[in-house]
This record gives sequence, structure tokens and C-alpha cells, in this order.
Amino acid sequence: MRTDELIELLSTNVEPVDHRQTARSIHIAIAAGVIVALGVVFFALGPRTDLTSVGALIPALFKIAATAVLLIPASIFLIRLARPGGEHGTPTALIALPFIVIMVLAVISLASAPGSHWKGAILSDKWLECAISIPLIAIVPFAVITWAVRQMAPTDLARAGAFVGLVAGCVSAIGYALHCTGDSVPFFAVWYGGTIALCTFAGWKLGPKLLRW
Amino acid sequence: MRAGLRGDAAAYRFLLSRLSANLRAYYKGRLARIGRTATEAEDLTQEALMAIHARRHTYDPSAPLLPWVHAIARYKLIDHLRQTRASMSDLPIENAEDLVAQDDHAAIESAYDVKGMLNQLPDKMRRTIQLTKLEGLSVAEVASRCNMSESDVKVSVHRGMKALMASVARKRAPQ
Repeated sequence: MRTDELIELLSTNVEPVDHRQTARSIHIAIAAGVIVALGVVFFALGPRTDLTSVGALIPALFKIAATAVLLIPASIFLIRLARPGGEHGTPTALIALPFIVIMVLAVISLASAPGSHWKGAILSDKWLECAISIPLIAIVPFAVITWAVRQMAPTDLARAGAFVGLVAGCVSAIGYALHCTGDSVPFFAVWYGGTIALCTFAGWKLGPKLLRW
Repeated sequence: MRAGLRGDAAAYRFLLSRLSANLRAYYKGRLARIGRTATEAEDLTQEALMAIHARRHTYDPSAPLLPWVHAIARYKLIDHLRQTRASMSDLPIENAEDLVAQDDHAAIESAYDVKGMLNQLPDKMRRTIQLTKLEGLSVAEVASRCNMSESDVKVSVHRGMKALMASVARKRAPQ
């Protein structure tokens, strides 16, 4: 085929397209991911039973808010990365800031507690369940968001994949926070931060395969 | 591009032919340096044009066009080199301006046989694509000629184009 013919083919009766679709479908995918994560927590795991008491509600809300602080900039960066050339001028390294803040808070909290309490604060009795649940719940949101990003055209696949993983991990953690009873800040920093970082790493590895176009 | 996104065919065709010259020069320059043929550059030019077309909804009209095209062109080049298992280490860091630094209008035949691929499509898709895209009839004309509704024509053209691009992509993959 000659290139002129291809140009004719592409530009005859060209259909108008809506450029706002990019951001919209990623937003919808993230929202769908949140619904799936909440659905799993409410119907499969069950929300924590003491959610009506203030003593449980405040840590749960803290965990959700802290994760949302990570989720919102991650979504904005993801939408930029989904466009060709979006990796230029997107300060993606800034996303480490919320992680660092939570780690500092965790260290402060540990420093103010006696050394004998450290093990209980970090491990709680739920650490294994948390470490397994967040990545598991993240799988479906990850698939949905990957599908949405595939409709776009990311040109830095590893980085775009990492942000898909990060967003999916945050979505999953927000849902799981309603079930989880590990309320100390160090627990949150290690197990939520760790599993979200794990999801990010998985996305970084899978991105070049899954997002190729 | 803005006019093209709204569906202005003439402006869109003008843009694509301008870009094809830039893309051809870009690919020829990059590929010649590592001892690849001009046919490969032509294949890549066509692939990049198809990518620009198929992904035109990802262009943000408030942003400059050139970096967007360059990102696609570079992505397709890297993807091609990765598939043909060549080293990417000799692809220097470049600026978006490099893309329009030269023109090359000498189009040559690429390896795709569009007619052959068209023949593999289902009857309805093939016919609507031939009439709208190759013969340039309007959607309304095609609809009355084929006894289809206008939206039906649009849907089969859209699906057919998608299938066509997928078969091009499949053809490239085994290389």
C-alpha cells in the first residue's frame, strides 16, 4: 500500500472524536474499581463490627483519608501518562511524598511509645490478612483501569503501568480500611504502604506487556 | 488537527500528508543510522499515521500538537526496534523539533496490501469501507445504496477500520 492511499483512506469521511473521553473513561474505571473494592469488603469480608463507635470510626476515616491523599494525585498523573508524551513534564516522583509523610508519622508515633509496644503496633494481629487482602482486592480494579488506559496511548508503558498499580492499590486499600482493625499509624504505614508499593511494583513490571498498543 | 478532530476531512488530509513527510524523514534518518532499509521506514511511517488516526482522541487540543506526534512516532520506533530485537542504545535523546527539521515527500510502496486485507473483512464492513473511504461517498449515500441505516453504516465502517488496523498489527508482529 502506498502511503498516499493510506492517507486518503484515513481522511475520507473522517468521524469526529471527543478528546475529553480520555479523562472520562479513566475516571469511570477508577470509580468502578472503588465500587468493586467496597462490594468485596461489604459482601465478602464484612465491614468491621465496631464501625459505629467513635474509637473505630476515626482510625478508619484516617486510613481512608490518607489513602485518598495518595489516590487523587496518582489519578491525575495516570491521566497525564495515558496520553502520548504525557511522561514529559509530569513530576511523577512527587508521588513518593505522601509515602514519606506517613513513614515520618509512623516513626514519630513509635518514638513516643516504649520499645516493648513496637512489635504490637506494627504487627497487630491482622498483618497477614492485610498483606494478602489489599493486593487481592486490587486485582479487579487493576484490570478495569488497565482496560481504560489501553484505550488511550501511553508512551512510557512501565511508568503508566506503575501508576495503574498504584491507583488500584489505593482503591483496594480504601475499601479494605472499612474491614481492617489494625488502627495504629505504624501498622498503616508498613502494611498499607507496603502493599500499595507492591501493587505499584507489579504494575511497573506488567505495564510494558499489558499496555502495549 | 483541531479541525480533523471535529471531522473536517480536507484539513485532516492536509495534516496527515504534512506529517507523513516529517515522519518518513524522521524514520529514514533514525533507521539508516543502524543500517535498516527504506521500506522499513515506510512501514513505520504508515504505522505511525494509523496510530495517530486511531488514537486521535488522546490529543488534547489545548496542548501543542508536535510533542504529541513526536511521542507517538518515537514510541512506534522503539516498539519496532524492540520487536526486531535490535539494540536501542544507539537511539540518541532528541527534541520534539527534530521531527519537523526535514521533509521527505518521496513516498515508496510499503509492505502492506490493503486490498488483500480488505477482502478478508466481512462483506458488510468491506463494502461500507470501500464506498465511504475509497470512493468517498457520504454516509447518507452509502446508507441508501446499501439499504442500511446511517448509524449502521457508521458502525460497520468503524468496526471495519478497527479490524483492518488489527490485521496490520498482526502482520507486523511475527517479523
